[in-house]
Amino acid sequence: MPSKIRKSAVSARKSKNKKEDFYSDMESVAESDKKEDVLLTPPSGMGSLAEYGHPDDILPMVLTSATQELFGCRADEDVTGDNPYKLLRKDDIVQDMKTRAAVSDFSPVKQIVLDYPEDEILLVFDSDFTYGQSFYLVLTPEAKERILGLPSPALEAGDEEAVEDEVSEVFVQKSPEPQPWISLGSELEIEGESVTESRSKLSYRFSRIRREFGAPVHFSDRNVADAKDGFIECTPYQDPNFSIKQMERHCGVQAISTVQSSSTQTQWKYPKNMCTQYEPREFSEEEKERLLQSENLKNFINSVASRFDIAIQQNEIMDVFFDDLKALSEEDSGFGGKTDTHLKEYQSFTDLNYSKEKTISDIKWHPTINGVIAVAMTERVSFEERIDHSTKLLLNPSLILFWSFSDPINPQLLLECPDDVFAFEFCPSDPNIIVGGCMNGQVVLWDISAHSERLLGMQAGSGKNTSVNAHAFKDFEEKRESETPVVRYSAVSAIENSHKAPITDVQWLPETFEVTRMGVPVENNNNVCVQLVTCAPDCCVMFWDIRASQRVTPVTDRKQRVDEKILENPHGVPETFRHLDLIWKPLVRVALPKIDNSGEYSPLKFSLEDNSCDSHTGSNADRAHLHAERSEVAPEYGLLRAPSAKTLKPLEDINTKLYVGTEEGGLVYTDWKLEKDNDTGRLHSTKPTHCFNVHDGPVNTVRRSPFFKDIVLTVGGWTFAIWKEGVTVGPVMRSSCSQEMCTVGYWSQSRPAVFFIGTEDGNVEVWDLLEKSHEPSQVQNVSPVKITCIKPCIVSSKQHLLAASDELGTLHILEIPWTLRRPSSNEKLSMSKYFEKDVDRLLYFSKRKKMQAQEKRHMEAEEIRKKTEAIVPEKSLEQMEQEISKEYDDYCSLEEAILRDMALPSDTLNSTSDLSLFFLQSSSHTHAHMHTYTHNRTL
Amino acid sequence: MTADLQYSHPLDLHPFLLATDEHEEERSCQEDRQQAVVIMAEVEETLKRIQTHKGVIGTIVVNAEGIPIRTTLDNSTTVQYAGLLHQLTMKARSTVRDIDPQNDLTFLRIRSKKHEIMVAPDKEFLLIIIQNPNE
Repeated sequence: MPSKIRKSAVSARKSKNKKEDFYSDMESVAESDKKEDVLLTPPSGMGSLAEYGHPDDILPMVLTSATQELFGCRADEDVTGDNPYKLLRKDDIVQDMKTRAAVSDFSPVKQIVLDYPEDEILLVFDSDFTYGQSFYLVLTPEAKERILGLPSPALEAGDEEAVEDEVSEVFVQKSPEPQPWISLGSELEIEGESVTESRSKLSYRFSRIRREFGAPVHFSDRNVADAKDGFIECTPYQDPNFSIKQMERHCGVQAISTVQSSSTQTQWKYPKNMCTQYEPREFSEEEKERLLQSENLKNFINSVASRFDIAIQQNEIMDVFFDDLKALSEEDSGFGGKTDTHLKEYQSFTDLNYSKEKTISDIKWHPTINGVIAVAMTERVSFEERIDHSTKLLLNPSLILFWSFSDPINPQLLLECPDDVFAFEFCPSDPNIIVGGCMNGQVVLWDISAHSERLLGMQAGSGKNTSVNAHAFKDFEEKRESETPVVRYSAVSAIENSHKAPITDVQWLPETFEVTRMGVPVENNNNVCVQLVTCAPDCCVMFWDIRASQRVTPVTDRKQRVDEKILENPHGVPETFRHLDLIWKPLVRVALPKIDNSGEYSPLKFSLEDNSCDSHTGSNADRAHLHAERSEVAPEYGLLRAPSAKTLKPLEDINTKLYVGTEEGGLVYTDWKLEKDNDTGRLHSTKPTHCFNVHDGPVNTVRRSPFFKDIVLTVGGWTFAIWKEGVTVGPVMRSSCSQEMCTVGYWSQSRPAVFFIGTEDGNVEVWDLLEKSHEPSQVQNVSPVKITCIKPCIVSSKQHLLAASDELGTLHILEIPWTLRRPSSNEKLSMSKYFEKDVDRLLYFSKRKKMQAQEKRHMEAEEIRKKTEAIVPEKSLEQMEQEISKEYDDYCSLEEAILRDMALPSDTLNSTSDLSLFFLQSSSHTHAHMHTYTHNRTL
Repeated sequence: MTADLQYSHPLDLHPFLLATDEHEEERSCQEDRQQAVVIMAEVEETLKRIQTHKGVIGTIVVNAEGIPIRTTLDNSTTVQYAGLLHQLTMKARSTVRDIDPQNDLTFLRIRSKKHEIMVAPDKEFLLIIIQNPNE
């Protein structure tokens, strides 16, 4: 309806000041419609229209008054010229026609009424007789609608003309001006019209197997009836949704300011990793020079220098932030209560069967498992008894017992030994490998890897109920509980190539190097400990390699061995060291020739550098960690092969020096590296560098301090001594003879100044060198019999234990008190100073001794010379007097000559001579001259 | 020595005047130089005096932008100390000034476990001294 819009635009323009928004436009449209309605009503001055007759869809008719009354449409009463419309119900008309039949006014239009589609028929009162009668009936709904609501086309045309006239009068071409929005409530409607999400969106996902993408598709023909639901029929039908009659449409127009939409995109760049580095800004030399020469800098420095002086001096004078309280508490610790200074018994182990009539020869803490300790049991018999009971002893093999803190009654593991073991050691690389030295000189190897779980389990749990999977293996567990497993040794060395005396000390070589057949230290490619050193009083130190030799054993031999294995493997011996069993030979044999005469030293204990420190230094946790690290790469010991010596790089910086404590109570310092004899070309052991006989009994301990690599403690007889490697004149410190024989000694693992000495009467002496060095700082009785071995162990920072064994086979675990385990703030430093001082003293005394000897010799020579010299005759008294007076005369004449030279008068000359005489009495000649001269000058 | 020096002059100067001018300028320049040397010696002396105190590890003179001018430490340490302490000092200074605009930071002492770092800020320069008080 373009005309309408134009009209509304006009009306909008007319009512510009009042109503401007879209809604008001709508209203004005409605208004103009009403006007049209008014126009529709037959106007009185339009009689000319009757000439045209009536339209086809209306029927002028006459209604009788009775009919008018019946239908409530009496002329000029119910219906008037202003309100001419009356809607008649179709049913009423039909009823009327039925009752009154032909009399009814509607009978002429009976068919039309019956055909009429709607319920109500419009009857219009034609008061002006436009169509010739007083009433007319509207015959079609379209006409009814038109008459009731819409203008007739003819009238509209006229109307249009009128409007156009109006427009030509008012219309001036100008663009609509934007107006500010005035809300009249329409936005609520708009809001209501807008679509909002009332539920979450449905999402569908279709998936397909990847390999089916792009796969070739095969189509083929088939009968529709073959399969059920083989086809879908789509029949056409009338969709009622498409015949909705549009009843109403709102539309509105509003002018707004010009809007422009545009978009832009930035160019996408590929992201790249970037980094920025800064360079510090610096001045060039010239700029620096210029600034340094500037007056400003001088003023600045001068003004601030005093502040710095004050501050620096403050710090110099005293440390303001020094914590006195903390220092005080540290001091206090040295004088802690008596109760805290004693060793407390923590636990003791003894076994009714295995410890009976036995003594403990060696103790070793398990290097990785806390609370597990191994002890070697040996027969407590004299040599004669041993010979007498040899058969009995053979049947009753000696054992190494593993004790765990969780079970004080039963040992956890028993290692079967071929003979009594006097020394054994866990392998630092793998704690499941244990080496022992037997009484008969053989070296024994055990592999306890099969039982390490058990040791771990016992350590983890408490009491009998241990393993996590206890119920799963209940039977097994019980069996295990009831019977301690016995581990048979996996290898033993060939007796003909072993020591000829009881092995008294065994140590592993550190993993950093290994020794070749020639006795040369070379690098170790395996990075695990593969070699060990033993010593026995048969005058030699032996080096052993636990790896199989490179030469492959003959096949026949191996077959034979396999047979053997089948025949005799009832003990379930691990195969790890089978290659060594009974054929194991030492790698190097180092003899210990005596320094001054023929014969050899018989070693009991020895100490290599780096070796004693590794046993229990650091906390066990550290070691466990280290071990865990190693075990990742730890090779099977059984698979290790000795590499060719030629391929390995010799190491020059390895200290090949060895301290050996001998049976005679001496300490020998020697080099184990073999020396080539120039004459024969054969290798032989070097002569020891030094030998000191300081102990009055066999040396039972040679131990390096865990804190100082060059400090060695030796114990033997009734004394102990401390040595410093490199000091060749003697021990740094040597104790006086004690009341009781010292049987063993060991350094404290946490305090550099402390060591423990075990004595024959069962005492453990604690020596604190920083407290006193003439007597032990503490003596404590542990056992009624001889202490055989002492081993301290750091379980945790809060708990340090000391294992001490006695001759009766009892193992005492003592707790080390706080004062003995906690080092003072700079104990190590003080100790190193202490040792330094002692070394100085030692060197001084040795020098003194040498000097004294020299002096003595000198004096003796002097004396002899004096004796031989002729006796000088004594001068007479007169002669001496003469000499003196002559000297005086000489002096007087000299003085006179000088004074004369200075041209002094004679009287002053006299007085000066008096003066000079005075000086002469007290001073030497030259001195007197000096004074005379100055005197003259003043005169 | 002065003969080697070159001076630039506006070209429209009279030659005669130029000659005298040059002479005078030469003299004054010489004086300036002497003075500068004196100043430098004085600065050096003061810094040396501070450096000789017990426990003093290093002395650094830094300009207002944090660029080191004179140092007794090695280059990398100097650059690090200069840059970081300059920032810290500026922050400390702004803190003091924010609290009271009429106040200013004059001295900053930082006590660490190992050292004491002292900084004196100024308009143009910063003097940093590192001391080990436990020595």
